[in-house]
Amino acid sequence: MTRVRTKVAVVLAATALVAVSACSSSDTNKPSGTGAAVKNVEVFTWWAAGGEKAGLDGMISVFKKDCSQYTFVNAAVAGGGGDKAKTLLANNLKAGNAPDSFQAHAGGELSDYIANGQVEDITAVFKAAGLDTAFPKDLLDQITVAGKVYSVPADIHRANMVWVNPLVLKKAKLDPAKAPATVKDWIADLAKLKAAGVATPLALSKGFAEEMLLESTLLGDLGVDKFNGLYDGKTKWDGADVTAAINDYKTLVSYSNTDRETMDWDAAMSKYLLPTDPKTATGGYQLMGDWVPAQILSLKMPESSYMYWPAPGTDGVYQWLSDSFTLPKGAKNPEGDKCWLKVVGSAEGQKAFNLVKGSIPARSDATSEGYPKYQQWAMEQWKAAKLAPSLAHGSAGPGAWNNDVQTALSAFSANSDVPTLQKSLVAAAGKYANWRSTVG
Amino acid sequence: MTTDVIPAAAPSELHRKVKKTPRSQVARTVKYLLLIFFLLVVLIPAYVLVVTSFKSFGEALGPNRWALPSGLSFEGWSAAWSELSPALFRTMLIAIPAAVISSMLGAMNGFVLSRWRFPGANVVFTLMLFGMFIPYQAVMVPLLEFLPMTGLGRGVPQLLAVHVVYGIPICTLIFRNYYQTTVPMELIEAGRVDGAGLLRTFRSLILPLSLPGFVVTMIWQFTSVWNDYLFAVFLSSRDNGPVILGLANLAGSQIVPYPEVFAGALIVTAPTLLVYIVLGRWFVGGLMAGAVKS
Amino acid sequence: MKRKIRSVRTWGPGLLLVSPSILLIGFFVYGLIGWSANISTTNQNSRFERTAGTAADAHIGLANYTNLFSSPDFIQSLKHLGILAVFYIVGALFFGMLWALLLEKGVRAEGLFRAVYLFPMAVSMFASGVVWNWLLNSDTGAGASGLNQLFEMVGLGFLKNHWWVSSPTWGIAAIAIPAVWQLSGYIMALFLAGFRGIPADLREAARIDGASEFQLYRHVLFPQLSPIALSALIILGHMSLKMFDIIMAISGEKNVYTSVPMVTMWTLTGQQDFARAAAVAIILLVFVGFLVVPYLVHNARQEKNT
Repeated sequence: MTRVRTKVAVVLAATALVAVSACSSSDTNKPSGTGAAVKNVEVFTWWAAGGEKAGLDGMISVFKKDCSQYTFVNAAVAGGGGDKAKTLLANNLKAGNAPDSFQAHAGGELSDYIANGQVEDITAVFKAAGLDTAFPKDLLDQITVAGKVYSVPADIHRANMVWVNPLVLKKAKLDPAKAPATVKDWIADLAKLKAAGVATPLALSKGFAEEMLLESTLLGDLGVDKFNGLYDGKTKWDGADVTAAINDYKTLVSYSNTDRETMDWDAAMSKYLLPTDPKTATGGYQLMGDWVPAQILSLKMPESSYMYWPAPGTDGVYQWLSDSFTLPKGAKNPEGDKCWLKVVGSAEGQKAFNLVKGSIPARSDATSEGYPKYQQWAMEQWKAAKLAPSLAHGSAGPGAWNNDVQTALSAFSANSDVPTLQKSLVAAAGKYANWRSTVG
Repeated sequence: MTTDVIPAAAPSELHRKVKKTPRSQVARTVKYLLLIFFLLVVLIPAYVLVVTSFKSFGEALGPNRWALPSGLSFEGWSAAWSELSPALFRTMLIAIPAAVISSMLGAMNGFVLSRWRFPGANVVFTLMLFGMFIPYQAVMVPLLEFLPMTGLGRGVPQLLAVHVVYGIPICTLIFRNYYQTTVPMELIEAGRVDGAGLLRTFRSLILPLSLPGFVVTMIWQFTSVWNDYLFAVFLSSRDNGPVILGLANLAGSQIVPYPEVFAGALIVTAPTLLVYIVLGRWFVGGLMAGAVKS
Repeated sequence: MKRKIRSVRTWGPGLLLVSPSILLIGFFVYGLIGWSANISTTNQNSRFERTAGTAADAHIGLANYTNLFSSPDFIQSLKHLGILAVFYIVGALFFGMLWALLLEKGVRAEGLFRAVYLFPMAVSMFASGVVWNWLLNSDTGAGASGLNQLFEMVGLGFLKNHWWVSSPTWGIAAIAIPAVWQLSGYIMALFLAGFRGIPADLREAARIDGASEFQLYRHVLFPQLSPIALSALIILGHMSLKMFDIIMAISGEKNVYTSVPMVTMWTLTGQQDFARAAAVAIILLVFVGFLVVPYLVHNARQEKNT
């Protein structure tokens, strides 16, 4: 028995040691007590690392200045396009444990939360901060339901961009600065890359990245008006033009890496797009949104390591998405949250945020001075371009539509069955195309 | 069931005088080779964890992922520690009280169901045992709705409550088996003749004998609760939940920073591994309770 | 020796002492299962699933279940579950028995071997999943890492494969590897204790009768182990149905290669599709019930007879 007692004592001692050391480091991290709780503003995003985190940090520093009576609690959850974060958020909301603010894409994704009665009407906050005149009307429409505003947009991102590794393209004697005019031209270029010995000319990753590639193929092949019609019922998903676009998508996927289902966009980028040794580089292109420059910056690679142009066939179209922040029902600190929302909507906050995140400010009065090269170009484009929404990023439709399409694409990645994919897309559209009318 | 679980090989087997034919020599060598081979195979993940955790971030992405680190780097460890250490304390706050409370309840239940029975005791036991086998997803959605109604805070309080409740069946099973094999009915009878009631019998007769049982249930419960991911991920979040969620966050991020993630995995595993190494034979006792009836 | 306890005054206090646990288990297991079953018959799905005009709380009978069983994705996840369960059970039984056989006659450093074979059980399945994710990296080319690189290094290059990405139907079998690693030691411990529990004279008697070692195992020892094998089967079976942590750590949710009902349930709650999530959980519960209830009843009867 004494041997048992000694052993138990050893374990207890070790436990106590760990507990004490962990406890002391937790004091600095975890705000405790009810007094502190009212001062906390818990903000939930999926910007836990890289360029996106840098942007959030920029916004936080403005918050610390303007809302110094509150303490910012960063509840970011890592993972891709926010899949894991959204599930965690849904669980939390169901259990009545709402954060003080959470990130939601303006448009279809936000409408889910509005329809479920999970976010407050912040029209008053909006007007009080003078934000009702600060945003372009198209964007305001995406966050307003029945005259009430439900979130504050922080940025605008563009989804239909292709990022290019100039060294690899030069190896195949292609001009990296010249965008292919159509999807078919791009396919021809991909073939040239393959012939020149590049193993997987197109870097692709799982989930929303495949959806983005499909969407930009549809956008390039159908044109902006027909594309927009896909999301409000005007264009039929079973049309021959859609079939042709899906076949183009199939060809594009055939030029991509076989392990696409195992990695996220940033891993695919680091593995296939960025390596600079033309002898061993296995990728030349990646279709991804314009959060890429911030990511490359956070990896401390130079601007010269990549070039970019709008996805083939989509020049002049801005496929937009907008991260916005909400005031959830049941938030513990609504006043603190309102202060946060003001920061999010302010010119200063948006500049601090977008400068580092690679997106452009949502405010229409933002000027481009001080921004890096890509964003200056993007802001020009935003003023003049035609707009198209993105399903992958919540602006074109609700989360359920997004999920169904991603599931269908994951299956397609394995079996390349075009008719089945098209049938799934038609079914999804039939189910969700009238989403605007379900919001109330 | 005793707590000393895997008996040693019978001496007659160990020292059997087998003719030392070349064939049996080969058989012996093959046996040892196989055992050592499997030993190495089972240790592969441990090797990867330890070796990679001491590499620098750059080196971990280098060409030979299996090589030993060129120099000891603590980048991964310090990053993992700063991410996970607040949660370590919270996890202790869940695991230890849950183990203690479930064990107490298990001891009381085990005693009554084996040595102070009531009509229908077996039925009650079987119904309780079923609770150990259910997939907990079956109660997860109602828990999401019900727990907020109790007023228990999210994170430690809610997790402590559910782990106590769902730990009752296994602790009851362990103690019931234990008392059945170590407490003779005569002891109880003798106590009863002396006029002792249930509580007195339990307190003065049974508890002193129960330490081995407690060691088994506490270890088993501590390990189960510490390693739990399902309840943690549904009912809490990174800033109020156990350390496993911090690890999930590290592992779920971008280009996985392997040294940090693996150091984190080691940090998460260390307590239960320590318990296993130091108190291993009682750990096995918990395992056996689930299956063998002796 | 069982004495018939007659008066309430004798057994009453016992019942009282156990009653908190009875109430807790009664509510938290059976009550909540009933609650889940109830939710699964309501309309608490995403608003697109609901028939127009019906409230979220309305009862719609078994519609969620028929919906699930007519969904090819759900059927695929059930197929995956079956494949995973088979590979996992067979694998753990095989290695557990193999190690028990190697050790049962007693070897030098037996304690060391047992301790190492068993240690994976002490490790969190999620934490081990994190390193298995690395090991099962699907790259087989120049950039191979994980097990594929190891195979190259020791000259077993032909073993390289894409693991769980190899095939949308069968790839899930690769996930059985970490699970087998985790549980084989436990099965070994069970069989080893079983072997050691067989009286030595039984073996001697068989040998005296002229039985060869092979016949000894086949006709004397293995039959003695059948209750243990049954327990092992039940335990492995129900654990395979509950597998969640490992898959979340390795391939994550929404992965067509490794979808299983438990992970589907997680995704459904994320989509606020609570009724369907509850339905998936109830379906799994029924499967577990088919496996476990006969075993529990059988055990209870056996005990009554001894």
